[in-house]
Amino acid sequence: MGMTMTEKIFARHAGVDHVVPGQLIRCKVDLVLGNDITAPPAIKEFDRIGKPVFDKDKIALVPDHFTPNKDIKSAEMAKSMREFAKKHNIKNYFEVGRMGIEHVLLPEVGLVAPGELIIGADSHTCTYGALGAFATGVGSTDMGAAMATGDTWFKVPSSIKVVLTGKMPRWVSGKDVILTLIGMIGVDGARYQALEFVGEGVAELTMTDRLTISNMAIEAGAKNGIFPVDAVTLEYISSRVNRDYISVSADGDAIYDRVINIELDKLTPVVALPHLPENVRPVGEVAETVINQVVIGSCTNGRIEDLAQAAEIIAGRQIHPDVRTIVIPGSQAVYMEAMAKGYIESFIKAGAVVSTPTCGPCLGGYMGILAAGERAVATTNRNFRGRMGHVDSEVYLAGPAVAAASAIMGRIAAPWEVSL
Amino acid sequence: MILEGKVWRYGDNVDTDVIIPARYLNSADPKDLATHCMEDIDPTFAGNVNSGDIIVAGRNFGCGSSREHAPVAIKASGVPCVIADSFARIFFRNAINIGLPLIELGTAVAEIDNGNIVKIDLDRGIVENVTKGKEYKVQPLPEFIQKIASAGGLINYVKGDC
Repeated sequence: MGMTMTEKIFARHAGVDHVVPGQLIRCKVDLVLGNDITAPPAIKEFDRIGKPVFDKDKIALVPDHFTPNKDIKSAEMAKSMREFAKKHNIKNYFEVGRMGIEHVLLPEVGLVAPGELIIGADSHTCTYGALGAFATGVGSTDMGAAMATGDTWFKVPSSIKVVLTGKMPRWVSGKDVILTLIGMIGVDGARYQALEFVGEGVAELTMTDRLTISNMAIEAGAKNGIFPVDAVTLEYISSRVNRDYISVSADGDAIYDRVINIELDKLTPVVALPHLPENVRPVGEVAETVINQVVIGSCTNGRIEDLAQAAEIIAGRQIHPDVRTIVIPGSQAVYMEAMAKGYIESFIKAGAVVSTPTCGPCLGGYMGILAAGERAVATTNRNFRGRMGHVDSEVYLAGPAVAAASAIMGRIAAPWEVSL
Repeated sequence: MILEGKVWRYGDNVDTDVIIPARYLNSADPKDLATHCMEDIDPTFAGNVNSGDIIVAGRNFGCGSSREHAPVAIKASGVPCVIADSFARIFFRNAINIGLPLIELGTAVAEIDNGNIVKIDLDRGIVENVTKGKEYKVQPLPEFIQKIASAGGLINYVKGDC
């Protein structure tokens, strides 16, 4: 019996020939990730075990959520992670000034390769499936234990095959693909399951599109969201990954729990209404919604192509006088490239602010908190009640093009309303 | 172990952001977290929950962020067990890992109302709605997960293991 991509990666890391859905297995991990919120409790749990770290080169620590430190308590948490990194000589600790939003940063610096198995104490760790890796979010205790043992337990998930066909229309991006899928299957539509994206349409997707799609697999409840390794993947990692890796592909007779077809040609820019990512509507249906804030960035949409799409709409125009627009490049490299390409100047001239990389407003941390009754369009990943601030504020999720157009219009707007 | 308590009833897709909003994540102290537990879905919870009370919810409880602070806040509130139709997977892992028992009861949760008294026999896998006089049999957890639970969480389990 054949195996899916996810099953193959699990089998290899469990040291067995074959696994089946439902099986409980223990797997070696290639990388363990934590951030300034989740690592401090993980370090406490790690210390209780009383063992050294399993491999100082296979732990990544990224202060990105409440950093640059937003208050004293956050500073203390960042400090505890920094001290742990120093004490254990952790190679991949990224200090403020070199850090980026973890899921933008790690692929960018070559810490993710096809076929690898990565766990991170952050739910959006599933982003790395875009490179043909198995990656999933865990909690702090799992992270703390894995830092000592170098392995963790899994229940092998069944897989859903998502078949992509056709070509992407103008102004449709990876965000619209994943929001459309979540709208189809719901926020628990892939609960405990793997999403495997296949089909001729995959070749149409840039690595940025794929990273955005895999990033939000968790918003459908999925354990991971994985893409095949193709020319786009190999091109992306060619200048980044210089260690050996073993990429996998699904067998022709692999078993899938179900198959979902998405025709890319038929997609349109969409928006997810409060307070669940499954409340997906075509942008035209909500175009009269007046907004107070726009956030462009996050681990979902903070990459250079995302900023390019926003800049294409914003350059030479003015942000609506009633809208605060916050642009957050996902890493220092993204920031530098956006400067070199003139995007940053375009944003600032238009009346937007540009922040250093941080998760900040996405989780209601800082750098753009909403007051009661306020409404934001954000390229982030969650629109739960109170997610970006006051419990009576609202977040509308969209891709960079809709977010940029909305910033100009002062209401939710389609890109073609602004840019022809 | 037998648990008996009053039910705090919530709906579907209770996310970890409403269980413990991110604005309180600059502390990982369980007592601090408990004072804000469920704040954005039920501001009356933290001030009124009694030790032994039980949370009962619908589908996909604990979806969203991987923050372990969510089950920690619930446990530190004195809630010894959460019953739901279904749980989001990271929350499920986290709860087991920190020693907060969960019961996946399926659609039968619809018969449990706010304020009901429920009695749970964790070892025998039985949930009884004392108020309504109804009893439900629960699927036991896989043996491996039971071992983590009975060790008092993952760290104790790992300590005994490596």
